[in-house]
Amino acid sequence: MADLSINFCGIKSPNPFWLASAPPTDKAYNVVRAFEAGWGGVVWKTLGEDPAAVNVSSRYSAHYGNNREVLGFNNIELITDRSLTINLREITQVKKDWPDRAMVVSLMLPCEEHYWKNMLPLIEATGADGIELNFGCPHGMSERGMGSAVGQVPEYVEMVTRWCKAHTKLPVIVKLTPNITDVRLPARAALAGGADAVSLINTINSITALDLDRMIALPVVGNSSTHGGYCGSAVKPIALNMVAEIARDPLTKGLPISGIGGIGNWRDVAEFIALGAGSVQVCTAAMLHGFRIVEGMKDGLSRWMDEKGYRSVAEFSGKAIPNTTDWKNLDMNYQVIAHIDQGSCIQCGRCYVACEDTSHQSIAQHIEASGARRYEVIEHECVGCNLCEITCPVEDCITMVAQDTGKAYMNWTQDPRNPRREAR
Amino acid sequence: MMIESLKHLPRPQLSNAELSGQFTDLAPALSARQAIIESARCLYCYDAPCTRSCPSEIDVAGFIRNIHDGDINSAAHGILKQNILGGSCARVCPTEILCEDACVRNHHAEGQPVKIGLLQRYALDHMKFASHPFTRAATTGRKIAVVGAGPAGLSCAHRLAMLGNDVVIFEAREKPGGLNEYGIAKYKLVGDFAQKEVEFLLAIGGIEIRYGQTLGGNLRLKDLHGSFDSVFLGLGLGASRRLGLTGEDAPGLLAAVDYIAALRQADDLTQLPVPARAIVIGGGNTAIDIAVQIRLLGAEEVTLVYRRDAAKMTATGHEQDIAKANLVSIRTWAQPQQVLLDKAGRVRGMRFEKTRMEAARLTGSGETFDIPAEAIFKAIGQGFDCADIDGLERDGDKIRVDDQFRTCLPGFYAGGDCVAPGQDLTVQAVQHGKLAALAIHRDLMAKMEAA
Ligand SMILES: Cc1cc2nc3c(=O)[nH]c(=O)nc-3n(C[C@H](O)[C@H](O)[C@H](O)COP(=O)(O)OP(=O)(O)OC[C@H]3O[C@@H](n4cnc5c(N)ncnc54)[C@H](O)[C@@H]3O)c2cc1C
Ligand SMILES: Cc1cc2nc3c(=O)[nH]c(=O)nc-3n(C[C@H](O)[C@H](O)[C@H](O)COP(=O)(O)O)c2cc1C
Ligand code: SF4
Repeated sequence: MADLSINFCGIKSPNPFWLASAPPTDKAYNVVRAFEAGWGGVVWKTLGEDPAAVNVSSRYSAHYGNNREVLGFNNIELITDRSLTINLREITQVKKDWPDRAMVVSLMLPCEEHYWKNMLPLIEATGADGIELNFGCPHGMSERGMGSAVGQVPEYVEMVTRWCKAHTKLPVIVKLTPNITDVRLPARAALAGGADAVSLINTINSITALDLDRMIALPVVGNSSTHGGYCGSAVKPIALNMVAEIARDPLTKGLPISGIGGIGNWRDVAEFIALGAGSVQVCTAAMLHGFRIVEGMKDGLSRWMDEKGYRSVAEFSGKAIPNTTDWKNLDMNYQVIAHIDQGSCIQCGRCYVACEDTSHQSIAQHIEASGARRYEVIEHECVGCNLCEITCPVEDCITMVAQDTGKAYMNWTQDPRNPRREAR
Repeated sequence: MMIESLKHLPRPQLSNAELSGQFTDLAPALSARQAIIESARCLYCYDAPCTRSCPSEIDVAGFIRNIHDGDINSAAHGILKQNILGGSCARVCPTEILCEDACVRNHHAEGQPVKIGLLQRYALDHMKFASHPFTRAATTGRKIAVVGAGPAGLSCAHRLAMLGNDVVIFEAREKPGGLNEYGIAKYKLVGDFAQKEVEFLLAIGGIEIRYGQTLGGNLRLKDLHGSFDSVFLGLGLGASRRLGLTGEDAPGLLAAVDYIAALRQADDLTQLPVPARAIVIGGGNTAIDIAVQIRLLGAEEVTLVYRRDAAKMTATGHEQDIAKANLVSIRTWAQPQQVLLDKAGRVRGMRFEKTRMEAARLTGSGETFDIPAEAIFKAIGQGFDCADIDGLERDGDKIRVDDQFRTCLPGFYAGGDCVAPGQDLTVQAVQHGKLAALAIHRDLMAKMEAA
């Protein structure tokens, strides 16, 4: 059996599955249920200065798929709305009762050193394994100069991280906001400030939908609404890219990453780890289905690791990074062509209309007298864009077949068609 | 296996290949794509009603989610850890009264349950384990006798072996599987699936089966008592109930289960005697099974006669539909009155008396009618019969057990059809076997600690 245990910047955990700082980690009751279900660790719901934050009523909204499955999730909640004393007491107790699980405490405080200096010893006293700096919350708190308002300014990120490193011996994880043009900059700043790791992504500014009768966005609070933070399955591609950007940045190479954003099953987890994450955090999927989803994640990941011969998480962590590169390094001589398996084609015509209307008119439609339809790829027209494969509802019916062009690797910097090519 | 009572009847018209072709899967397996579409329909309910209604406590929502996530082995493992005969249960369970009946997608605004049985089959048909998916715990040094290699006995033996015990199964017949091998309709468990499944189950190791060992015949309870630490009885229901009419033993009249056993064992279906016209007496699934199978073999007219109305039949609506689809005629409100014999003393039909409810009691109306037929199949239920269990207390004719499947004799446990609780279903027998194994193990461990 594969070994799922990890040591993430000095924080040990029986498996890489942590719950992200959010309602699932809001209090002892939830966290204990999560540990019972098998989660390896939690990042406790963000603590702040007393008095605790106050939340509004009606807080969440969703972006739905056709079958009412939740694709994306939006919230306007603030950090913890419970008092510091209660939170610290519960953290102490839970860590004592579950010594083998990772207990990380998330923090958000104003940008003045004394706040951090006073708070950090209190966190250390709980026995927690690490702290996470919430520089990501994009709504509410950012209007008060905290959360993403800090995360968007690399100088602030570096400064606060440095304060924290000065006032605690615990590992410091800096949680980044995706609401920024180039996520590598705050990651570099965190590293410069002495961070032991970064975690990402926090939520993305969003409006999911409107009540068109009342002309108010969702979620509705009285007669108005505000933008919230977007998360869930829909943000996974954004998060994966941001993780990869940091993992392959030479300036932050080797900086441990806790991957967050849209993780819901073992495959998502494997993908984040392959792109450089050393642990993963989950919020929305647990909020939608409960803590039990960790079972499928554990079983699925360890079976897949066994199958591939990976004995530990570290063995495949970052394995896909060398294959993730800049556009300019891609092979201009590589060519794929669509192939339709007529046996599994259900004749829906989706590939045809997609290619005909919006791509390269490379699929021919034949309608026989009987009414039977047949779709055939016009191979010399096909540019290998994958659109037909993507639009086909039948898995493996359309495959993109690599062609033997007989030509050697050549990238854009070497390509004679490139007017600004560097090499010859 | 020859069916003595019917040997005077003609043989089927069709070739063996054509006949075999009649007995393919009643519900064809799902393709990979159908499995994906079907698994996406599952809502992953919390405390899911389907799981609550599974007698073997399979986490249905969990394994369907595994299938949807493309993790077939985890799905299979989840099923098998609760029900080691999950493959046959996927095929024989009356899901229409169990998990699929409970599925929330049955709601009137939804229309159709998730095809749980077929998804379960999909997971088990497509699992790929390099070796048996369960390992044995460190040996306990305990040795347990299991009598009967049916679903109850096999499930008990597997769990005991998993817990580190050694098991010897004593089986009266020459093959394992119990009714999976000898009784289930041929179109539900096709080919040699029953034997393949037993092979898979035994691959855990630590289980020996001895055939031709009949408790009450060449095997005595007291012998077992001396040589084993505990004994589990999974004897099933061996005896077919009698009608109590004269002519009951005439050629042409027989128990449905005997014919089904012969059908399931026949290598050459053209050698089976098949009546042109047959009567089936009974209203349960066995009645439907024999009626449909005899039709598939070529009988022209098959009439199933039941003494109350169709809603009272224990055969489920789904089963009744199978009978109707195979053109079995179902006659209700009539009971057997007389076996009609020809000059040679063979069955030529049966006289029935019409029935009705009077003051909440079923009574004959006095009015009769005859149905001509060359064969009459009794499917009016099985009873428990076994010599040499005199020391055991009974509940009706079945063995009495407590909630831990202990009989009144210390060290003796029983489960499956031969005990009182629950419905007589394969899945129920598997669950009894599993729970009894846990109880046996717990009791033995407690004894070891005390010693
Ligand atoms: C015709 C028919 C169709 C059925 N169809 C279905 C169905 O579609 N779905 C469903 O869920 N259930 C069905 N059932 C019920 C199901 O088959 C039983 O509930 C299940 O097989 C019970 O398992 P068991 O292990 O208790 O008994 P059995 O399967 O009867 O096994 C008992 C075993 O013990 C052996 N044995 C008996 N006496 C002795 C002895 N004295 N010494 C040694 N060995 C002995 C027998 O040879 C046999 O191998 C059907 C039953 C019948 C009769
Ligand atoms: C209701 C809600 C509240 C959240 N509160 C916090 C918080 O207090 N601190 C924090 O760092 N992130 C918070 N988050 C962000 C999550 O921790 C996580 O980064 C984000 O939801 C992306 O992961 P997911 O797609 O698995 O949900 C919150 C998210 C949600 C949905
Ligand atoms: S009841 Fe139906 S929808 Fe709900 S978990 Fe079970 S199979 Fe899925």
